[in-house]
Amino acid sequence: MNKKTWTKTSTTKTWTMIAALCALLALAACSKKEEAPAPAAEQPAAQPAATPIDPATVATINGTVKFDGTAPKPAKIDMSQDPGCKGTNEAENVVVNNGDLANVFVYVKDGLGSRTFDVPATPIVLDQQGCKYHPHILGVMAGQTIQIKNDDPTTHNIHPTPKDNREWNESQPPSSPALEKNFAREEIMLPVKCNQHPWMKMYINVVKSPFYAVTDKDGKYSITGLPPGNYTLAFVQEKLGEQDQSITVGPKETKTVDQSFKPAAD
Amino acid sequence: MGTPPKGIFTPYNRGHHRFAVILASWTFLLIIAGALVTSNDAGLSVPDWPTSFGSLYKIPKLVGGVKFEHTHRMVAQVAGLLTIILAIWTWRAEKRRWMRILAFAALGTVIAQGILGGITVLFYLPPLVSSAHAALAQTFFCLAVAMAIFTGKKWIAEDPPIQFDERRPSLFTLTLLSIFVLYAQLILGAMFRHHGLSWWPHVLNAIVVSFVLAWTAVRALTVYSQIEAIRRPAILMLSLLIAQLCLGFMAFLTRIAWGHEAVQPELPMVISTVAHVAVGALLLATTVILAIQVWRHAPVAFEARLPQVQRTSAA
Ligand code: HEM
Ligand code: HEM
Repeated sequence: MNKKTWTKTSTTKTWTMIAALCALLALAACSKKEEAPAPAAEQPAAQPAATPIDPATVATINGTVKFDGTAPKPAKIDMSQDPGCKGTNEAENVVVNNGDLANVFVYVKDGLGSRTFDVPATPIVLDQQGCKYHPHILGVMAGQTIQIKNDDPTTHNIHPTPKDNREWNESQPPSSPALEKNFAREEIMLPVKCNQHPWMKMYINVVKSPFYAVTDKDGKYSITGLPPGNYTLAFVQEKLGEQDQSITVGPKETKTVDQSFKPAAD
Repeated sequence: MGTPPKGIFTPYNRGHHRFAVILASWTFLLIIAGALVTSNDAGLSVPDWPTSFGSLYKIPKLVGGVKFEHTHRMVAQVAGLLTIILAIWTWRAEKRRWMRILAFAALGTVIAQGILGGITVLFYLPPLVSSAHAALAQTFFCLAVAMAIFTGKKWIAEDPPIQFDERRPSLFTLTLLSIFVLYAQLILGAMFRHHGLSWWPHVLNAIVVSFVLAWTAVRALTVYSQIEAIRRPAILMLSLLIAQLCLGFMAFLTRIAWGHEAVQPELPMVISTVAHVAVGALLLATTVILAIQVWRHAPVAFEARLPQVQRTSAA
């Protein structure tokens, strides 16, 4: 470098610098495109014949899920961003009525061995109304059709964010036909949300057996038709987590299994 | 540019300069529009791209998340259009070759940015792609601001006052270091904002950023305070840094401390996070301006003193 070319070199240097910066970014951007591959489409695998269950011996489990503490006040939701959202709305993350905990997903987590079950041909309905999901917690068998309806005068987008299933995001204008979807793999508390109305959240629970239930507003649930045996029964709440119980049911037994949840640690 | 052997003389073109200023200003608005999308969790409210609900030109009902996402797309389209015009204009009117290259680099950046925006929608907002989109947005903003500076009357017509820099590290090195740590801060902040990283790397690096920027500003203000082109961006950089630290604190409170269980994006969170993104962009651009002005007004002195000795560049 000598005095004469000083200015010129310095300009060139700035240039190389900026160009390098851009190139780096472009490179970073490009390499990121390969990320997030779309997993194979969700095709329910060919169903093996269901393991027969003797209807004369089946048992029933029922019970109540309690909330052990002061019920949190549900947060109010402001829906003014979309005049198409009518009515009032509040958060459903912990729903307690007189100490009874609603919206707990209860299912036979373990003990069914290699049994297989028929996937019901009737679809399960998920309805969007009042810019709310009905129900808030849904149970469905892997491969079973979920019929998603929009009964609102506004467009929704339905966006499940699964861990083990395929992610998708579709919009549904008012009075358009129901979407028919299914999830191929077992997944508990698979979140679903709407990005048009960011308060809209619900969870789908995809299981392999028909032995599941969701607690109603009185915290009650009931699982019927269960063959006698030893099982792990799981109680899952979207915010309060999972609690398991080991149970044994004899032939034709009706067993009461209650559970309670403590408030979240914070 | 600074010293006598001026390469090519380009006359000041007022229209061209104004247009570059308009593009830079519009890009600032665009960054706010984009930040509103992220803060309102509206990125996927329009599921398709390059179409919006199946159409390339129809404007959907702007309610809920669509209000943010589609508005952002439209503002971005205008920015793309402005960049195309500026690139063509620069190609035809500009004598400095590197300016023409810069204009087309900006065009390439805006195209890449639009594609990144589309990809992040199609792949459901992967943190890396969304963060790249956030970082490239500010890169483009800096390019637009730089073009506005380079086409300005001061830059073209003025004979710049020069004061050689004999200190080590040179002020220019410090400004480059500032840009580097700010860029890292941008990426860490974006990765956190898009759920790809925890918050603490960003907050830790804020300490580094504060230190490096303060060092740079103090050097600039103590040694070069009589050069306006250095003094002004240095003061601005320092003020923006302080504002940005306050806003970062607000963003932290509203997003993490109070807001982690919010049932929907709440106004205090939206305002403080969007302001934090916007002021972050201004801070980065100001630091780039400072670096450019230091390059011009306070060139590193070793060549002047030791013309024979080969030394590695301080940069
Ligand atoms: C061309 C210039 C564009 C610029 C400068 C730009 C800038 C930005 C900025 C600054 C953000 C906010 C990032 C953050 O706050 O972390 C953003 C978000 C976003 N932009 Fe753009 N954008 C551009 C084009 C587009 C286009 C064409 C699309 C098309 C779909 C798009 C889609 C998005 C989406 C979906 C987000 C939200 C990402 C998320 O929440 O993860 N952008 N944009
Ligand atoms: C030193 C200066 C700082 C700069 C330049 C800076 C810059 C940024 C930028 C550019 C983003 C967003 C990136 C994007 O997605 O576009 C961001 C996000 C964020 N920053 Fe900072 N930041 C600074 C200091 C801080 C401090 C001190 C805190 C907290 C105490 C903080 C807290 C945050 C938070 C919480 C977010 C994410 C907001 C969200 O999740 O929406 N920042 N920062």
